[in-house]
Amino acid sequence: MKPAPFVHHSPRTLDEAVAVLGDVGHDGKVLAGGQSLIPVLNMRLAQPAHLVDINRVAGLDTVTVTDTSVRVGAIVRHAQLEKHDGAYAVLPLLRQALRNVAHPAIRNRGTTVGSIAHADAAGEMPSIAVLTDAVIEAIGPRGRREIAAREFFEGPLQTLLEADEILEAVRFGRFAPGTRTAFLESARRHGDYALAGLGVAVDVEGDGPDAVVRGARAAYVSVTDIPVVLDLSEAVAGQRVSSASWDGVEELVQAGIAPEADIHASSDYRRALAVELTRRALTTAATTTEPATTTTEGHA
Amino acid sequence: MTDTDQTAPALVDVTLRVNGVEHTRTVEPRRLLSDFLRHDLRLTGTHVGCEHGVCGACTVLVDGDPMRSCLMFAVSAQEHELTTVEGLGTQEAMGPVQQAFVECHGLQCGFCTPGFVTTISAFIEENPDPTLEEAREAISGNLCRCTGYQNICKAVVRAAEIRRERSTSSTEAGERA
Ligand SMILES: Cc1cc2nc3c(=O)[nH]c(=O)nc-3n(C[C@H](O)[C@H](O)[C@H](O)COP(=O)(O)OP(=O)(O)OC[C@H]3O[C@@H](n4cnc5c(N)ncnc54)[C@H](O)[C@@H]3O)c2cc1C
Ligand code: FES
Ligand code: FES
Repeated sequence: MKPAPFVHHSPRTLDEAVAVLGDVGHDGKVLAGGQSLIPVLNMRLAQPAHLVDINRVAGLDTVTVTDTSVRVGAIVRHAQLEKHDGAYAVLPLLRQALRNVAHPAIRNRGTTVGSIAHADAAGEMPSIAVLTDAVIEAIGPRGRREIAAREFFEGPLQTLLEADEILEAVRFGRFAPGTRTAFLESARRHGDYALAGLGVAVDVEGDGPDAVVRGARAAYVSVTDIPVVLDLSEAVAGQRVSSASWDGVEELVQAGIAPEADIHASSDYRRALAVELTRRALTTAATTTEPATTTTEGHA
Repeated sequence: MTDTDQTAPALVDVTLRVNGVEHTRTVEPRRLLSDFLRHDLRLTGTHVGCEHGVCGACTVLVDGDPMRSCLMFAVSAQEHELTTVEGLGTQEAMGPVQQAFVECHGLQCGFCTPGFVTTISAFIEENPDPTLEEAREAISGNLCRCTGYQNICKAVVRAAEIRRERSTSSTEAGERA
């Protein structure tokens, strides 16, 4: 249960990191928070000869709120983003989801961008990336490129990122004014990987109990191979938030997910769970008192 | 690639500040922080249960925040202030969390205890007056095979109380002086 030997590189600048990773190529791995990679190394499921540790690279540890997005640098820890009031004010879904990522001690070290690079089907943040129409910023020996989150994920643990590329940041898109969000999941123990979960974004017109739902989108955790956005609008549009019944969503959810069975739960159980969680998340989002994502100014 | 066809990787000098004291040792880059603490510094208070982040026994404080020492390399822990259970009190002068574990019978075999003590010490700094429910959530990332957790939850609440008592009595002492 110890990692195989490797050469440790600790670049101080992004250019240096790109150069080193470019040199070692397929024999190298980026080390960010290590909360997914080090267990893999400890169990010897992988034995890269080189680790490019990006923890000391200058400039990767910032969260930037703009009119259209929340840009999260590669070395921003889950906990740092979770506690960021400026990000919460304009995109509360980030905090709502991050609270479900692992345990606090893991969130103190693990990075949000790293979990997107890792692309675990049970990870919360890949789903949030697609739901917010995030843009992935990658850099490598051939320069910089931007990839839409909806195209980035190819399969469980597989993305469009090349072995010699580094994720520099992820820009989570802000929702249109009037969008209300929630994140809900069910795990055997709070902080464990979810049996099923989802983030929802509900478009609402008006205020108070008479506000009307215009549409809703959801992205799931642990019940789809890759994170995809499911449009639930046809089942929910026109309902008043105070009296909405979400019965129509079941068919759409059932058609949109493909959960697998494992030792923790059968596929049928996950299906039932996903449907029920969808109803509850819609209710939570529609009636939320958390900041609606209409605020234009972020206070840091 | 196998271990044998690889030339021995260079050793590196690693300097860590642990419980306020600086230590330098020459180790392989693959040295886990948990092993550096236990084997190289002989600070065996930090326990190792699973080495994949699940049990929490190896939790130490990095700049005051709890982190898994089994999921960090010693080389990466340089330039941080580290606190292990040894830095949170002694038998003669126990820290609030240690005192609370004694009073509430928060341990049996004690294997998991160092990870709870570090985790809870950081938690009560941020949440000086937690409810039992919050206490339960705070320790959800640490496993204990003996106690059934009830007394550990009580110890969290009690530790916060002791911490408050001590800080008021030290302010009073300060005011008297
Ligand atoms: C006990 C435990 C429970 C957990 N529970 C959850 C959970 O419930 N939900 C969840 O989502 N996660 C969970 N995690 C994983 C955690 O969220 C990780 O932090 C995250 O998956 C990876 O981020 P990291 O910074 O630690 O990346 P690392 O472990 O450093 O890297 C992971 C992978 O991504 C690559 N990578 C990382 N950053 C970059 C980059 N900038 N550019 C290119 N490649 C990169 C690495 O090369 C590696 O292949 C858990 C982990 C543990 C140990
Ligand atoms: S030994 Fe580190 S979490 Fe179990
Ligand atoms: S006291 Fe024995 S494992 Fe917790």
